[in-house]
Amino acid sequence: MGIVLYLIPISLFLGGLGLAAFFWTVKSKQYDDPDGDAHRILSDEWDDKPRP
Amino acid sequence: MCAQIAACPACSVAPSAEELAKMSEVVEARIMLSLPTVHCAACITAVERELERAAGVHSARVNLTLKRVSIEADPDVTADDMISLLAGIGYEAHELDAGTLRATETDKRGRELLMRLAVAGFAMMNVMLLSVSVWAGAKDATRDMFHWISAIIALPAIAFSAQPFFRSAWSVLQVRRLNMDVPISLAILLASALSMYEITQHGENAYFDAALSLTFFLLAGRYLDHRTRAIARSAAEELAALEVPRAERFEGDELVTVPIAELAVGDLVRIKPGGRMPVDGVVTDGQSELDRSLLTGETVPVYAGPDIVVSAGEVNLTGPLTVRVTAAGQDTSLHRMADLVAMAESSKNRYTSLADKAAGIYAPGVHMLSFLAFVGWMVATGGDVRLSLNIAVAVLIITCPCALGLAVPAVTTAASGRLFRRGMLIKDATALERLAEVDTVVFDKTGTLTEGAPELTNLEDFKPRDLQVALALAQASAHPLAVSLAAAVSEAGVEPAKLDNLHEVPGYGVEAAWNGKTVRLGRAAWVGAKAGVQTATYLQIGTADPLEFTFADHLREGADTAVAALKEQGMKLLLISGDAAVAVEKLAKRLGFDEWVAEALPEDKAKRINALSQNGARVLMVGDGLNDTAALAAAHVSISPASALDAARVASDIVLLGSDMSPLAEATVIARKATRRIKENFAIAAVYNAIAVPIALFGFATPLVAALAMSASSITVSLNALRLR
Repeated sequence: MGIVLYLIPISLFLGGLGLAAFFWTVKSKQYDDPDGDAHRILSDEWDDKPRP
Repeated sequence: MCAQIAACPACSVAPSAEELAKMSEVVEARIMLSLPTVHCAACITAVERELERAAGVHSARVNLTLKRVSIEADPDVTADDMISLLAGIGYEAHELDAGTLRATETDKRGRELLMRLAVAGFAMMNVMLLSVSVWAGAKDATRDMFHWISAIIALPAIAFSAQPFFRSAWSVLQVRRLNMDVPISLAILLASALSMYEITQHGENAYFDAALSLTFFLLAGRYLDHRTRAIARSAAEELAALEVPRAERFEGDELVTVPIAELAVGDLVRIKPGGRMPVDGVVTDGQSELDRSLLTGETVPVYAGPDIVVSAGEVNLTGPLTVRVTAAGQDTSLHRMADLVAMAESSKNRYTSLADKAAGIYAPGVHMLSFLAFVGWMVATGGDVRLSLNIAVAVLIITCPCALGLAVPAVTTAASGRLFRRGMLIKDATALERLAEVDTVVFDKTGTLTEGAPELTNLEDFKPRDLQVALALAQASAHPLAVSLAAAVSEAGVEPAKLDNLHEVPGYGVEAAWNGKTVRLGRAAWVGAKAGVQTATYLQIGTADPLEFTFADHLREGADTAVAALKEQGMKLLLISGDAAVAVEKLAKRLGFDEWVAEALPEDKAKRINALSQNGARVLMVGDGLNDTAALAAAHVSISPASALDAARVASDIVLLGSDMSPLAEATVIARKATRRIKENFAIAAVYNAIAVPIALFGFATPLVAALAMSASSITVSLNALRLR
């Protein structure tokens, strides 16, 4: 049973990491234009260098 | 100028000038354009590349979801330049007022709700995992440890996520009233407090998972609700932002384009043919004709010359006019109408939605039930506070309106999404419910059932020779009757006659010389004819008797199908118009109206609707003009087309985005379906409660039962709502 002492903190940490990542996506406005982003990834215009 | 300096960086002969240019770049203008036709990856690249190539543009970014592009550029770059650039590569663009749109861009509240939802979801899943092991039979120290970990996750999560409920509950409690958030907050707080107490006593049951899933499901409902409204609001704002209000003002001898807000009483403004009056005023110079259809419903243009009083919203047709401003901005007749609207609006706000009705019955019931459970068990056990409190909390959690919180938003989201795809925008939260109750439909004529564009009706009455002359004359004018005449005649294969000295006489018509005779096309009085009852223009050749070209209004696309379908649904139909009796009767008979009223003043329309409502009818008003505004606000529910005046769109609950009227009939069907789904959802929630409440009352409710009842009812309700899509 002692293993849960490690596993629970680890699983909470990983879950928290996911939550933090989600927060970051919201804060950096990644949900403002879902349709546009879906199409932009298909365009090869900025493949060689990132958009300035 | 700045762009030229920047284009030649090698010859830095004027470094100070370059610095100056840089300094002015700091103040950059932001231009927003609406792009209704972008749809693909290639469009995004094409638009952005074209715009960024233009001088003075710093960056351009297309938002495909909203179909907009925002451009950062030098202050001297104008929206018109950008629009013509895009027109060059085949994209239609309209300027949007960036100030009006700012509110939607930073949708803070939505983002905040999403964060809270994410935290509640994260905490719920983790606590649920721990709870499963407790339900599976964890004992003693292990159970206590799991409970403590749950508490550490749950308490901060609840403190953060449930804030919207606490705040709303607190604000209604301060005015000594109850809403749905009071039992919700009470359940969450009591469940957390009791669970804390239980785990310090090494108790068996903790309700952290229940408190969290309650928060999560209810927040999901709130978020759906918020998103539906935000989409509606942003589309409505876009419509408003499309009319960028500008006017041309005389400053000395020069004409300067200024925003309408800067106009003051006494200013002289110039209104070009085709332009809309920005202000109320008196004509000082020029002659023209005015289209008043948006204000009065009349389709026949009226003459305008010096000393004629004009009001905001009228459209100038043939010649340029100079107008002295007598009232601007909030004081114009357009805005005075707002008083009438406000009065009627207050009666509409008295409508109680289904959700409010349910909350009115539900909220006190929940409190009574759990209080009775507490008292009952206190008596039965002879004063066991801990057991009685446990049961009271279990009752509170199980009866808590989890499914009820989702019942309405899930349905309205699905229904307004479906209507949006059909081109209808629901502006008001309760509009769907009100639309479902409608039994009488009142239509406006001009601009609503008809497009306000005239159509020639008696083409076959004329000799080819007359038509040739008429066509040549009509082609010289931008007057709507002339344009329509020219289109109809040239479609019939007629070639225009050769005319000399062709010129337009603003306010009267077109004049020319043909084979040595004077020919005129224009107003009845000008050519010496007697004006008939119908909309008409007159042709006079030499001194011969004038010929009458009559016109009827062109039907809006889908108007006949919409009217027919509504009639089939058993609605009572009524046509009320400010136009002349003949025109109204003709249209009413053509579309199959049983009843019609002509030459109605704006007050008459509102009165008529109030009279109908007092007789128990639920009226749907469909209209577009300023003269309909009071009626739109007075009706039980109202719809206006996107082409309507700003004031009319504000007063109505639903806006038709396209020019097609046919979705109208479908909207009532969808609204009725949506209301039925909402009622079904309430029934489902009630059935779950009917099963779960006795279990809780008799003390058999464990946290497992609570979790099952809550999740099952929420999911059933959401799935039922999705059937609407």
